[in-house]
Amino acid sequence: MNKEYIITVFSENKVGLLGEITAVLTQRSINIESLTVSESALQGIHKFTIIVSTESEQIEKAAKQIEKIIDVLKAFVYTQDEVVQQEIALYKVTRSTNVEKLVRDHHVRILEIFDDYIILEKTGHKQDTQALFELLKPYGVQQFVRSGQVAIIKSKHELLDEYLESINKNI
Amino acid sequence: MNNQDNNNYFSGSKAVIESFLAEGVDTIFGYPGGTIMPVYDALYDYRDRVNHILVRHEQCAVHSAQGYARASGKTGVCIVTSGPGATNTVTGLADALLDSTPIVLISGQVASGALGTDAFQETNFIQITQAVTKWNCQVKRAADIPAAIAKAFYIAQSGRPGPVVVDITKDAQMELAEFHYEKVNFIRSYHPYPVLDKEKIAEAAKLINLSNRPLVLVGQGVVLGEAGEELKAFLEKSGIPAASTLLGLSALPTNHPQYVGMLGMHGNYAPNVKNKDCDLLIAIGMRFDDRVTGTPETFGKNAKIIHLDIDPSEINKIIYADVPVIGDVKESLPVLTELLAQKHHKDWIAEFKACYNIEYNAIIEPSIHPTSPQVRMGEVVSGVSKAYNDDAIMVTDVGQQQMVAARFFGYTRPRSIITSGGLGTMGFGLPAAIGAKLGCPEREVCLFVGDGGLQMSIQEFGTIFQSDIHVKVILLNNSFLGMVRQWQELFFDKRYSFTEMINPDFGLIAQANRIAYQCVEERADLEEAIKKMKAHKGAYLLEVRVEKEENVFPMVQAGASVEDVRLE
Repeated sequence: MNKEYIITVFSENKVGLLGEITAVLTQRSINIESLTVSESALQGIHKFTIIVSTESEQIEKAAKQIEKIIDVLKAFVYTQDEVVQQEIALYKVTRSTNVEKLVRDHHVRILEIFDDYIILEKTGHKQDTQALFELLKPYGVQQFVRSGQVAIIKSKHELLDEYLESINKNI
Repeated sequence: MNNQDNNNYFSGSKAVIESFLAEGVDTIFGYPGGTIMPVYDALYDYRDRVNHILVRHEQCAVHSAQGYARASGKTGVCIVTSGPGATNTVTGLADALLDSTPIVLISGQVASGALGTDAFQETNFIQITQAVTKWNCQVKRAADIPAAIAKAFYIAQSGRPGPVVVDITKDAQMELAEFHYEKVNFIRSYHPYPVLDKEKIAEAAKLINLSNRPLVLVGQGVVLGEAGEELKAFLEKSGIPAASTLLGLSALPTNHPQYVGMLGMHGNYAPNVKNKDCDLLIAIGMRFDDRVTGTPETFGKNAKIIHLDIDPSEINKIIYADVPVIGDVKESLPVLTELLAQKHHKDWIAEFKACYNIEYNAIIEPSIHPTSPQVRMGEVVSGVSKAYNDDAIMVTDVGQQQMVAARFFGYTRPRSIITSGGLGTMGFGLPAAIGAKLGCPEREVCLFVGDGGLQMSIQEFGTIFQSDIHVKVILLNNSFLGMVRQWQELFFDKRYSFTEMINPDFGLIAQANRIAYQCVEERADLEEAIKKMKAHKGAYLLEVRVEKEENVFPMVQAGASVEDVRLE
């Protein structure tokens, strides 16, 4: 049965690596629901957060194949209950009293106000940002973007630190 | 260009060749063209130190490098130009990746300023080869060339070996930079030799000591890890019978008393039919290819599985391992052997021998001593093997001759079979044989090839002539794409859809390439012809017209369990 998994991948900064990592998933017909990439807390090491929906057996194999890529340091797989996930959504909405009421009721942040539209920001789970979109829709949403999800693991340590320490010991 | 080099300032091209020398490269397979011309210009000054083989197609540059690597244990090296030169190598790279063969391929690329402009002979070779290499990179500055090549060699040959591409832009080849070469032996994100888990090894030893009906499955990992002696010590202490995958053949001599045959679709009867009776399977450096397991759900269904492999991603990929032992088998086997009780499994091995006798009467005897009017493939292979005292390097193409050759050739030492296992690349044989001969000049190289496969790379006769490569080519000509025809006969109502071949005169083709040739049609002439081929100094094409519709058995049908192996 399909289940949502969060794969975090730590890698060197190499041209083309994103393609190599996603190719492992496409070869197994695993669809990517969300993907974000940026430098991690460790300088020079990049972190990919990939949300996929697949079977448990598939995800373990895919993670091993990702880890096999030469420039990948480590790939970890988590289930939803092991992480705290968030994403940011931005909305460009036509100004109206209805919209202003929604903003107040849903604790939405206003980023900028223009003569005929406002830019709103909502942080939360995908269903929260989606729910706000549905509410705003009748009043004219001109643009709507989502950042994709980032995740922080609940366990005490960042596992990569332990891993890097173990490499340094073995040198 | 070389006139401009002074002191340690080399052109990028010269840096490529100097880097090769630092890695001990003595043989290169390649084909020049526009964007790689600076490297070829630099190579001109190194003709006395580097043997460059001018192939006739870039795919064959890689296959020759594969043959070279697998015969010698060294890394195979290729140089090609950008665009078509580069794309022609993709099949070779894919073959090398699936069969874990160390290859370093240098491809030319358009000048860095022209990248992404659809320039003449530009292809995005990094993107194209991502799926068929262990690692690749593009170099746009001369100063980065030595480090890229050092990393390439380290990655290609360490851990589980594989093909690596270094794509070098033309301007980087011409630019001058200080040359400084340092071999690579550490990459932060890459750990080719996993640390052994002693607890797992102890668990494995416990299972082995308790087992009554164990079987060892030998894979190419034993050959790549040069662990033949360690395997023998393991077997001789444990007394366990051993079967081999196609690529694991020759890791153990054919006449070893515990050797019970080849696994797989056209493997021997015993290791397939006895699979269900095993209570323990010990897989050593093999990856449970579907051609070995048949349907994986029933493979080893009554057995516990111990899986020794250097690549962690192979564990539980196809077959669940009760005890995984990750590591180089050269390291893990001796530790495991140490913990084993001295045992023998004479009665158990006798059961395999009984199955062998069934196969001998049903298949082997009629193949090697046939009474049928036409020559059969098995008698040719067996005759050649005997003539060379089971000591030649045997290269095959892909198809019926491959299976017959693997089954009926004898092996006395490792690295004696070179065949395209994982990818099953027709046309692999002839160029691989060229590479094998160059990798092991002191050994005899015998290629078995079909009429279909030979014509997929027949232009390499030109390479054989120009570079005077002494390979013996045994063409088993049945005027069919035999393996496909066999499947059509068995599974498609004998509808021989485009498998019959109207062939050219192979004797004339040999003659045109000044290669000695003989054709045998009668059994009575075979032995003498083989003798003549062996005695001939130089390349030789021995064409044997074999039975047109011979089928290869035993056979495990696709999707069937290995225990349902068919004898007819």
